[in-house]
Amino acid sequence: MTTTPVEKSINGRQPPVEVSPALEERGGLPAFLANLKALPDTARDSVVRHGVPTSDRARSQTVFSNFFLHVMSVRVHLRSLKFSATMGLGIILLVLFGILTFTGILLMVYYKPAVDLAYDSMKDIIYVVPSGRFIRNIHRWAAHGMVLCVFLHMARVFYTAAYKKPREFNWVIGMALFVLTLGLSFTGYLLPWDQLAFWACTIGANIAQSPRELTDALGITASLDIGGMQKELLLGAHYVGQEALVRFYVLHVVVLPLVLTLFAAVHIWRIRKDGGLAKPAETVPPRPTGKDVEAPSMTAMTPKQGDPSTRTWGLMALMKGRTPAVGKELRNTIPAYPNALYAIAALAMLTTAVMLFLGYFFDAPLKELANPGIPENPAKAPWYFLGLQEMVSYSAFMGGVGIPAVVILGLALIPYLDREREIPGRWICGQEGIRVAWQTALFSFLFTVALLTFTVNFGWLRNWFLEIPQIIITFVNPGTVLVTAFIVWSLGIIGKTRSTRMSAIALFTCFIVAFVVLTYFATVHRGPNWDFYWWPSQWPTH
Amino acid sequence: MSKLSRNSALEESPRFQEPASRRDFLGLAAIWSAVAAFGAALIGSLRLPMPSVFPESNSRVKIGHPERYPKGSVTHLPELRLWVFHDAKGLYSISSICTHLGCIAGRSADGIFRCPCHGSIFAPDGKVLQGPAPTPLHWIAMGLSPDGQLLVDTAINVPLGTRLPV
Ligand code: HEM
Ligand code: FES
Repeated sequence: MTTTPVEKSINGRQPPVEVSPALEERGGLPAFLANLKALPDTARDSVVRHGVPTSDRARSQTVFSNFFLHVMSVRVHLRSLKFSATMGLGIILLVLFGILTFTGILLMVYYKPAVDLAYDSMKDIIYVVPSGRFIRNIHRWAAHGMVLCVFLHMARVFYTAAYKKPREFNWVIGMALFVLTLGLSFTGYLLPWDQLAFWACTIGANIAQSPRELTDALGITASLDIGGMQKELLLGAHYVGQEALVRFYVLHVVVLPLVLTLFAAVHIWRIRKDGGLAKPAETVPPRPTGKDVEAPSMTAMTPKQGDPSTRTWGLMALMKGRTPAVGKELRNTIPAYPNALYAIAALAMLTTAVMLFLGYFFDAPLKELANPGIPENPAKAPWYFLGLQEMVSYSAFMGGVGIPAVVILGLALIPYLDREREIPGRWICGQEGIRVAWQTALFSFLFTVALLTFTVNFGWLRNWFLEIPQIIITFVNPGTVLVTAFIVWSLGIIGKTRSTRMSAIALFTCFIVAFVVLTYFATVHRGPNWDFYWWPSQWPTH
Repeated sequence: MSKLSRNSALEESPRFQEPASRRDFLGLAAIWSAVAAFGAALIGSLRLPMPSVFPESNSRVKIGHPERYPKGSVTHLPELRLWVFHDAKGLYSISSICTHLGCIAGRSADGIFRCPCHGSIFAPDGKVLQGPAPTPLHWIAMGLSPDGQLLVDTAINVPLGTRLPV
């Protein structure tokens, strides 16, 4: 790619003195000494290939020729660097994942995945290992932070309509990253082998087994026991023990991080290939219009003889459209180096600083040693699973498998079901969107609160009809009622606004609001025996 | 077929107009056989983590001579997560593992089992009174071993109401 003249011009200075003369001549001692003297320069130049870039063109070359920088495009749109466009959440996620990998490897030095040793090695890490408590705290808070940011990032991508064509599949990859992040949290949860770990994982493994609720009701468990198979695969036994600990460990430290790294790489690569972050239409290079615009491909770029208007240019294969990118698109862009680099570095420093602060001042909890005989009461999952735990307390299968599957599938399909072309990269697409979002937020808030109030006060089907078959409760419980109401509401919005985007906004808002309300409710208002309490201070002491 | 060929969208599509050439066919066959081979290998290797031998200790346990459980008694065997009862009709035992998601239900003085995890409540005979548990608490198989001790098998459930007459 790079030709010699370009290289000369971006060096901005003379190339290092050519010490060794022509090939056939040998160098003596003076040449050796001169080489030695020039070593810092020659070594440096062999690594970075050119000096400090001084022109925009040279900056572009810097990005282009550097393995680590070239995931960025050479120039970034001004808007992409604005905080309000992304809130930096994707980068923060990458940084958090980096912090987790780093601290996780340090913890692995002392942690032992054996039921007799795991808890003691955690105690060692906290009380004996130099800075062990600090590193463990950082690992814990970064894990919480990553789950929080993955929700926020998904919400920002959704509300800025950044999932629209051509980014549909990147949204699906995002969903995979979302599930992987939750999987990492869940598998990490067992490792300390304390009471919380043991019971949360017992419950989790039994959720994996809960398709039995359905197969039992259909009377086919004997021949097709999906639930049982899932549990055996996860635990390697029928209870949480040594086998389970090793399996969770392998998933947590090898399998899931590797898969997540792979997916994250594809995620980032596709952002680049999709022409950077989604941005409002005025700034997007003109596209061929018409109904069936074919996906751009390498073959489409084959120059056609004789017709200058369709003539194409080699490098343009990176872009979409058939005209060379001149003028307009460049107007609002700046070189990625160093501008995007500064933004990324600032976010990385901020994230790291917050984690250091949290890790220094707040200790990650460790309960007493796991006791398979007595569950924690209440046995609460980490905050991001508490909404699910509330659902699970209506029906194990629906709350733990059915509804999550429907939600994840529904979220993944959004870009395929809402294909309206509208201004991407703009928050909630204007007045109408904001109105729909507010109305929906109000509706789903009131509906969820009303349903919870009703359930707490009057119970559910089994409290009224003791002998009711389980299968009815599996399909008709507060969780399924909630999901059904949300679907009906969103279909109503389609009917009213005649817009799939508005309906998507409604559905997504329902999901977010219900998630927040259920999480809050299960955190604050559920106490021992999963009974309702106004405040944790009212829990009976035992 | 005739219905299909009237479909104009299909007719226009390049796939419909040009049937796969030999080269396309061979290429596709090569790719799909590679996919099939690796897929089969992957599924085959996933057989490994699917256990066929389980690490748990024998589920059959001797729990002492029947005299340990006199008529009218209620005995808790916490290690086995088991309650052993002896009433007018005989001996029976109920597992305290909640049928919802596997927490341990506690039994209060009135004979009611309550699960701390999601609030399932079971009658003294294990029937569900309230909460998300899909089935009653399990009744566990009991028998007598040749040496006269009582035997339970925690892996075998028996129908509600099954008793061991003594
Ligand atoms: C481990 C988790 C994730 C990582 C590390 C990650 C990373 C990133 C980064 C660095 C960006 C660049 C823009 C930005 O900072 O917002 C981005 C954009 C994007 N992300 Fe993610 N992401 C993750 C999860 C998700 C999830 C859960 C979704 C949605 C379901 C998603 C969908 C997208 C989409 C569609 C874009 C393009 C947005 C645009 O063009 O404006 N990502 N991601
Ligand atoms: S495990 Fe007993 S109610 Fe959920």
